[in-house]
Amino acid sequence: MASSAVLREVTLTLPMLPDMEIAASKTATALAEFMEMSSDKIDEVRMAVVEACINSFEHSQADDRKVEIQFVVLGNEEPERLQITIRDSGVGFTPENLVKPTIEDKLKAASKRGWGLTIIKGLMDEVDIHSGPSGTTVVMSKLR
Amino acid sequence: MTEMLKVTVDRRHPMAVIYTEGYINNQGGEEIARVAYDLIDDDHKVLLLNLQGTKIVNSIGISILIEIIEKMLEIDGRLAFCNLTPTIEKTFHIMGLAQYAKIYPDEGVAIGELSG
Repeated sequence: MASSAVLREVTLTLPMLPDMEIAASKTATALAEFMEMSSDKIDEVRMAVVEACINSFEHSQADDRKVEIQFVVLGNEEPERLQITIRDSGVGFTPENLVKPTIEDKLKAASKRGWGLTIIKGLMDEVDIHSGPSGTTVVMSKLR
Repeated sequence: MTEMLKVTVDRRHPMAVIYTEGYINNQGGEEIARVAYDLIDDDHKVLLLNLQGTKIVNSIGISILIEIIEKMLEIDGRLAFCNLTPTIEKTFHIMGLAQYAKIYPDEGVAIGELSG
């Protein structure tokens, strides 16, 4: 991929409190609108951001109870890609050990949850997860 | 920060249409489930969830919708959706919900088919 310039950058630090994911989704919307993404793509980015935040809120066990979200608009002259990085300082996990959920299994299971990463991967163009004992970083991007 | 989900119901025995307005998160999902289980107790075996007033959902809210689908399968009933945003519809397909709960473009089409 050819190198791209940073056209716009916003960083949020959110407390892990109920509905804080909506604040992140509003920032994603503002930047996606700046990029003139289609409304459907904007909705997909919003939903992926909500899921990434909720994953962090629910599972990170971060002592500081904060999540940092960096939004970067990349491109050459025109905006081309919105890259969003969600970072927490929690206990981490092993992505390879996660079992991909299926509706058939979930209908029989006591817990119906565990869909966040599946949704994020389905809605975004690229998703990378880096996780270890000092935290988890999810980098996801959407092309305009 | 966000308002509670508003849920209203139109009872058309044996069907009922549930309308939502707002964010379907965990509290929103639980409110829909409360209304749905009341309707099931009142012998409504076909529930149509009209999400025209909902522009965003999260996976916790959807997991509660899966509980309702499970309940409807147990009683040999049906849950269906209509008026979804393209992203919510895409998400339901990603998760496989569409295999167990039919998705209709609008309420008229849904009622026509579910009543037949």
